[in-house]
Amino acid sequence: MELELKTMETDVLIIGGGTAGCFCALTIAENSQSNVIIVDKANIKRSGCLAAGVNALNAYITDDETPESFVDYVKKDSEEIIREDLVLSIAKRLNQVTEKIERMGLPILKDKEGNYVSRGKRSIKINGESIKPILASEVYKYEQISVLNKVNIIDYLIKDGEIIGAVGFAVEKNVVLSIYAKAVVCATGGAAGLYKPNNPEFSRHKMWYSPFNTGAGYAMGIRAGAEMTSFEMRFIALRCKDTIAPTGTIAQGIGAEQINGRGQPYVEKYGKPTTATRLYSTIMENSVGMGPCYLQTKGISNGVEEQLYKAYLNMAPAQTLKWMENNKGPSKENVEIQGTEPYIVGGHTGSGYWVDINRKTTLKGLYAIGDVAGGSPKKYVTGCFAEGEIAGLSAIEFIKDRQIKELEEHEIMRHRNFIRSFFNKDNESLYSIEEVEIAMQKIMDEYAGGISTNYKYNEIGLKIATERILELQILTENLKANNLFELTAIFELIDRLYVCKVLIHHLKDRKETRWRCYQENSDYPKQDVDWCKYLNSKYEDGEIKTFTRRLIRRDEIYEH
Amino acid sequence: MSIKILQHKCISCGKCKDACPGNLLGFNENEKAAIQHPKDCWGCTACVKECNVGAIRYYLGSDIGGNGGYLFTTQTDEYINWHIVTKGDKKLIKILKIESNEY
Repeated sequence: MELELKTMETDVLIIGGGTAGCFCALTIAENSQSNVIIVDKANIKRSGCLAAGVNALNAYITDDETPESFVDYVKKDSEEIIREDLVLSIAKRLNQVTEKIERMGLPILKDKEGNYVSRGKRSIKINGESIKPILASEVYKYEQISVLNKVNIIDYLIKDGEIIGAVGFAVEKNVVLSIYAKAVVCATGGAAGLYKPNNPEFSRHKMWYSPFNTGAGYAMGIRAGAEMTSFEMRFIALRCKDTIAPTGTIAQGIGAEQINGRGQPYVEKYGKPTTATRLYSTIMENSVGMGPCYLQTKGISNGVEEQLYKAYLNMAPAQTLKWMENNKGPSKENVEIQGTEPYIVGGHTGSGYWVDINRKTTLKGLYAIGDVAGGSPKKYVTGCFAEGEIAGLSAIEFIKDRQIKELEEHEIMRHRNFIRSFFNKDNESLYSIEEVEIAMQKIMDEYAGGISTNYKYNEIGLKIATERILELQILTENLKANNLFELTAIFELIDRLYVCKVLIHHLKDRKETRWRCYQENSDYPKQDVDWCKYLNSKYEDGEIKTFTRRLIRRDEIYEH
Repeated sequence: MSIKILQHKCISCGKCKDACPGNLLGFNENEKAAIQHPKDCWGCTACVKECNVGAIRYYLGSDIGGNGGYLFTTQTDEYINWHIVTKGDKKLIKILKIESNEY
């Protein structure tokens, strides 16, 4: 297949048009004359993890809270391993970004006095069905911002150790695109599809996080040698069974309790009710034969049930359809819950790029924001907005004395030829793209703490996983693409395998159990005070090297 | 979890194809929208809400409790109308776009 080469230039290139990326672009456009390109694998109107909508804004400073108390909460819920400096910088912006998205048109519930109605201590009620179309239409108002939909970025362009742009291909046209920029912002989201999912057959993509968020941003950073942090702090969601729909709307929204198969509350038997404990306790009850576990909704009024039907249509329509399929709504039956497969997602836990206060990565010219940026769990939608603003404001200053740098033509041709090579395989691989993906998910499930082992792992299993993932990486070299859709799938698989590789190293090298389910190392089943530190890594000369760093407090100024 | 596109209703506008976050939709040989791999669908309903002619039906896989039911939407400026069709029943849930969730 022939692939036409195209080149573009801009001041700031933003890879990924989700919440963080769009807010970053808007911040730059509102505060400078700089030009911005947002490039997205799909269409920013519905791309990424919020395609269906979002159920609430879960990071907001309500009247009884302060930015400092928000940091305290995140620190406690995350068992100390957070970047307090980063979380505080987010907390200080949460309310202003909320007002901004409301001005753009997001409906937020208000009381008679005009105050937002809270749903728990740090959460407010919205209609999040159209959050992506609202953001997209705001972006399109600015001539300075160009949006390139349906372009899959596969790697950074690097010169003298600096990030000077990115290269990718159009997913619907035979074009390879190089984009040079004075600064690059990575906002690609986290990684789903690493582990065997809850519903591995027909409904394999009915998962919590977007199956189209394949860890591209992490993988590009790993390959370029960026420092990464806390990959071992995986995220596993507690969700409605089968539909993998959110539980917060029921648990927080109507205050439903978690009960086991015998109708008994069980969470507090397993410790303080953190996010991880609510999940861990459910896994434990099931494992000792006390399941299935439920959210106790039976007996709610018809009015409440109608409101739940609507709330789920606004973010996870499968749940409303499921309730109606058999005429068994939540007033008639309790809602069964389960844990998902693990994900790597910096908006919920701490995994991602190691960044400074401005969200600069350790690679000059590259910022990371949103789910790819590490160190600040529980940032959620509004935290991603905040990081978009912080990086945008910094990038405006950073690019002032920067020039566009370009690569020699033969270096671009090398990228083009690599992309093209998957169309031109002489010998077809024995294995399809899907078969290699399933193999990866099975290995991760069985040997790196997936659903089948109740998320527990040990070093012997991780060693097998390391060897098998390496074998699969070699198998990907012979995969053949028959069209651009398959080409995208190959690059997604390559990226996921890089993320798996780093994840396995992190799981191995945290020699304690810091978080239930997220990181349960059976060789070291207890929390160890000496491990109250970050585990970071870099990929150098084909090897992943891990090392620790001491915790950074909220009053410190960290510089790379 | 997936969608079925009713070929006789599809007007080939391409809006569903543009909106899909997984780039899963294309045109078939009759220039009608089609999903290549139904099991790749995330179930976000982005395409369902783009389709102004109600040609896209959203259903649950039988492996996650699907029992013959499906839904589709129609829209006005103010409302998204969710039409939910299950065995022996049809229900319409109208959601005012500017109204927040109660929970």
